[in-house]
Amino acid sequence: MLAAAMLFSILVGSVPISFAALVEALQSGAETTAGKILFSLRLPRTILVAMTGAALAGSGTAYQGLFRNPLADPYLIGVASGAGLGAVAAMSLRWPYTTLGLMAVPLAAFASGLLTVAIVYALAKVGRAIPASNLILSGVAVSSFATALTSFLMLRSSGELRRALAWLLGGATMSGWQPVLALLPYWAVGLGILLTLGHALNVLQFGDEQAQQLGLPVTRVRRLIIIAASLTTAAAVSFAGIIGFVGLIIPHILRLLTGADYRRLLPLSLVGGAVLLLAADVLARVLLAPQELPVGIVTALAGAPFFLWVLRRSRQASFWS
Amino acid sequence: MLEVRDLSAAYSGKHVLKSLNFSLQAGEMLAVIGPNGAGKSTLVRVLSGILPPQSGQVLFNGKNLAKLPPAERAQLIAVVPQARSIPPAYTAWQVVMLGRTPYLNWFGQTSPQDDELVHLAMERTSTLELAPRLVGELSGGELQRVLLARALVQTTPVLLLDEPTTHLDLQYQISLLKQVQDLIHRPAGWALANGHGAPGALVVLHDLNLVARFADRVLLLVQGQLRALGSVSEVLQPEMLSEAFGIALDVVQNPIGAHPLVVAR
Repeated sequence: MLAAAMLFSILVGSVPISFAALVEALQSGAETTAGKILFSLRLPRTILVAMTGAALAGSGTAYQGLFRNPLADPYLIGVASGAGLGAVAAMSLRWPYTTLGLMAVPLAAFASGLLTVAIVYALAKVGRAIPASNLILSGVAVSSFATALTSFLMLRSSGELRRALAWLLGGATMSGWQPVLALLPYWAVGLGILLTLGHALNVLQFGDEQAQQLGLPVTRVRRLIIIAASLTTAAAVSFAGIIGFVGLIIPHILRLLTGADYRRLLPLSLVGGAVLLLAADVLARVLLAPQELPVGIVTALAGAPFFLWVLRRSRQASFWS
Repeated sequence: MLEVRDLSAAYSGKHVLKSLNFSLQAGEMLAVIGPNGAGKSTLVRVLSGILPPQSGQVLFNGKNLAKLPPAERAQLIAVVPQARSIPPAYTAWQVVMLGRTPYLNWFGQTSPQDDELVHLAMERTSTLELAPRLVGELSGGELQRVLLARALVQTTPVLLLDEPTTHLDLQYQISLLKQVQDLIHRPAGWALANGHGAPGALVVLHDLNLVARFADRVLLLVQGQLRALGSVSEVLQPEMLSEAFGIALDVVQNPIGAHPLVVAR
């Protein structure tokens, strides 16, 4: 499925590439026009989109497990907006458009994303529990605040507003291989850590007290999950903008399909997230072709109804607690 | 084996346990009784390392438990929680297997020996046929036995049970405590898995008649203080209980059994 989605994403676009042309380009390298489009535009974009989808779904799965809350998602709990603020702040400093300069952006995004999750966490906490409604409400509030600051920064900056806006709505507008290379280290480290946390997340589902009685160093594990998930989110946001709902939808669907075991859920969610975002990206490119929609609009159009469905469901069913 | 020395604990400055001294022996069931708010659950939380003691110590064979990392402590003390707070989407087998956590690596990799222990524990608690089912679908009695099995595979010398019978009907109350008693008095197989002998169990109980029937010794807690500690007949005295629970109680000879009966006057 992932391979099919990637193939689709490579071939579809304002200049469609036929399968024959793909084969030819693969043989002859970047000589032909199709080959150029393929290697310098489509392929890096496809990889970037797939990495972003994996990052969002992976961190969404981790956040849901961490907060023991089916509505946790990097977007809904405000981490994405917080990271976006950090990224825009870093961009407004106008680092040079090089791989190294680009790497500073996710670092800033990571720092402010981490700060955001700390604030949301503190606001939502009642005693030792984090009620679902509190988590979402404080997430929305902090998220709005961060978004407002981001808009302010963008209006003040002399750069091209339209481009920044498109980025913020989630469009992989940066092209070429540089963003892929700059994203790679954060992405690999963040997801690499998250993938080891399946067992710990399983134990955490029983609550902090039981987890500790089962021998899990709870505080340390929680901190590690937050750091890894926020790093992953920040990396995705820095290069693809704020894309909602991927981190909400994928863990849910997978949980229904494969059960609650996070050791299976985490790796599968990476694949699922990549497939979903690739599909959304292809849609974003063809719906109003030759104009491109920001992919965040597509995921929000599909994700918001899904969110409402989950909200209804989690109120009725004993699915989670 | 487990020794509690001059133990005090507090929640947000309020004293909940005051200078407790007692010990738990291998192969005995020690029932902890007392009115609501006496500090029974707090005692379980302190013993299991959730709440650090304000002063005093909990020692296992001379080792201070507060100084041990969580995994090592979980190899010595297992807790059977109340059945309410269990995520429903795991299978019974998965839940029991999590009892192996203190012995597993970071990835939770399990070995055939772990499978064997889980199998054994589920057999002993008569939950083997529940293994593939989601715990969300189980009855309270079934779930409580699954949680007992989870504590068993921790193969600890100490078991703590916090009001394990609260949400169960009479049949399950009896059968659960029978199983615990059986495990303590006939620990063959599972308890020896980590080199300890028969385990000792500390059980918080509300029903004094269950205490009379199953406990080897009884500890009466009143307002965080140890009011009495001794055999069933020593502690289940009408005056002492009446005073502790604030209601007139009688202890009468059971006409059909060996254990005394506690009745409200």
